[in-house]
Amino acid sequence: MDLTFTAYPIVGATFVLYIGIAIWAKAGSTGEFYVAGKGVNPIANGMATAADWMSAASFISMAGLIAFLGYDASVYLMGWTGGYVLLALLLAPYLRKFGKFTVPEFIGDRFYSKPARVIAVIALIVASVTYVIGQMKGIGVAFSRFLETSYEVGLFAGMGIVFFYAVIGGMKGITYTQIAQYCVMIFAYTIPAVFISLAITGNPLPQLGLGSTVMDGGYVLETLDNILVDLGFSQYTMMKGTTLNMFFLTMSLMIGTAGLPHVIVRFFTVPRVRDARLSAGWALVFIAILYTTAPAVGAMSFYNLINTVQPGEIGAEEGNLAYENVPNWFSRWEETGLLGFDDKNNDGRIQYYNDGNEAFADTAAEYGWNGNELTVDRDIMVMANPEIAQLPNWVIALTVAGGLAAALSTAAGLLMAISSAVSHDLIKGVINPGISERGELRAARIAMAGAILVAGYLGLNPPGFAAQVVALAFGLAASSLFPVLMLGIFSRRMNSAGAIAGMLSGLSFTLIYVFVYKGWFFVPGTNMLPDTPEYWLMGIGPQSIGAVGAIINVVIATLVSRATAPPPADIQELVESIRVPRAS
Amino acid sequence: MASGNQEAAMAYWKENVRLLITLLIIWFAVSFGLGILLAPVLNNIAIAGYPLGFWFAQQGAIYAFIVIIFTYVFKMNALDRKYDLHEE
Repeated sequence: MDLTFTAYPIVGATFVLYIGIAIWAKAGSTGEFYVAGKGVNPIANGMATAADWMSAASFISMAGLIAFLGYDASVYLMGWTGGYVLLALLLAPYLRKFGKFTVPEFIGDRFYSKPARVIAVIALIVASVTYVIGQMKGIGVAFSRFLETSYEVGLFAGMGIVFFYAVIGGMKGITYTQIAQYCVMIFAYTIPAVFISLAITGNPLPQLGLGSTVMDGGYVLETLDNILVDLGFSQYTMMKGTTLNMFFLTMSLMIGTAGLPHVIVRFFTVPRVRDARLSAGWALVFIAILYTTAPAVGAMSFYNLINTVQPGEIGAEEGNLAYENVPNWFSRWEETGLLGFDDKNNDGRIQYYNDGNEAFADTAAEYGWNGNELTVDRDIMVMANPEIAQLPNWVIALTVAGGLAAALSTAAGLLMAISSAVSHDLIKGVINPGISERGELRAARIAMAGAILVAGYLGLNPPGFAAQVVALAFGLAASSLFPVLMLGIFSRRMNSAGAIAGMLSGLSFTLIYVFVYKGWFFVPGTNMLPDTPEYWLMGIGPQSIGAVGAIINVVIATLVSRATAPPPADIQELVESIRVPRAS
Repeated sequence: MASGNQEAAMAYWKENVRLLITLLIIWFAVSFGLGILLAPVLNNIAIAGYPLGFWFAQQGAIYAFIVIIFTYVFKMNALDRKYDLHEE
């Protein structure tokens, strides 16, 4: 059966489900709109947080990233999960005790300063807007690739559905749709993974399959290491970058994860402090189901792909697959452009190898190979999985619905963070403090609608630098928000001058470092140094610099606060009160 | 707040910070230690088909993070009660 024909009812059914939830979960007050009335069960919130967190990139691209980077992709696996330890131990319970609506609100109150609140709003908006562009693109691409609509129509459909549940239900609507979206995406991810693991290793659990043996008896990883070396690549399980850069990149991603406002605010929605702690644990369990499966999906589908094009001995002519014999899934993905074949040596067979490796060039020439002939988009490692495992079309359709669920849930969470920063922190907090409850609820809905339109516009006209800026979102959150939130809780002495100086110095250091290598405001050609490891400061890349920015933030904030007057007595009491769970 | 309560809150906070430091050392050790810094050495040891350093970086660290958070949850719940600072 035709894929589009199967995909429509399944994607349509998930959309109807989301709309149904939206109608059921209408927000009646600002408390419901901003924090779902603080009534979300901690396990349910864990699921919603997992959906909020796992974006289109986690769902569609991460396994492919792991396949091509091998061990080096561990930075993403550890970075995007280890941040939850920081969040659970250092932020979530205390911010929940504080008990208000937004992250900038905490910064404004704790540092008794409107400028501090406004700086936090700016950092939040820059980080969240850059992040949301990727989600909008993910929605458009998923529609155009699998439902045969144009990119624009797909994007409008996605905007429409988010508009419906986010404007009506606010955080309440978003929370319950995220729970549904988590279920859709985790089924869509794990079912094909189980089958591919069974097909390749005979072990149904992908996490164990990755440590098992393939049909000819060698271990999956060992076999992959050997084939890759024979094709001129580095070993899969070996480090290719530098230890120092890996260290700082992992640290930046962890701190950034813990500092991203759309994630933090999810812990404002549970009833009690101890629910916030518990909920962070559940969130990580739900995230880990996908994150521990992804390495298996990456390695096994990569192994399968190489085995398909190189079924025989490397170097022997008949060792390579003849193009006329490619399997069905190969032809189908070739049509979408995710796989590309260019018969450079005109032998009618597919050669996949590392033609960038000079040490391997002679060997390749001996084999009669004239350059790598197969181009592979990394997204195929997830999207083609169901077909490679010979699963029916509805499973492929489920994968499409899963990718859309991942993009929609993250987009909604980000839009929530943006719109509440505008309506609660800027309008109610700074511009018009006397606004009524009803007035603020209306403002919140308008801000949400506005944020969706802006995100849609940016999705239609993505700035060329969008891909690079996502890394910046983590750098910004790591260098500006996380340190002051933590200091605000753990240092009673931290005052407003310290917090502002810390945020500004961490933020500007990180921005300038990124601009030096990526171009000022990402304008191509304006970079002052080439973005290659030999020019990086001590070998630390611009993506990894957030952790250094965070250290600078903490040092400057501490020095400035020691040199200025301590915070007023009522602020010190506030710090005491957020440190204990019981209300006094 | 009565001074007895304040003392309890101070002692509670001290124990909390000590627990945090212990757990963060473990957090650092399993990810940055075993998964990155010691990974090249650990990769010489294989458990089933997994080189050990690679396993920590792509599987083990994540499982350890979960254990760390739930340990924190249970220890803190006990601490809340010990100092009578728990919620209703």
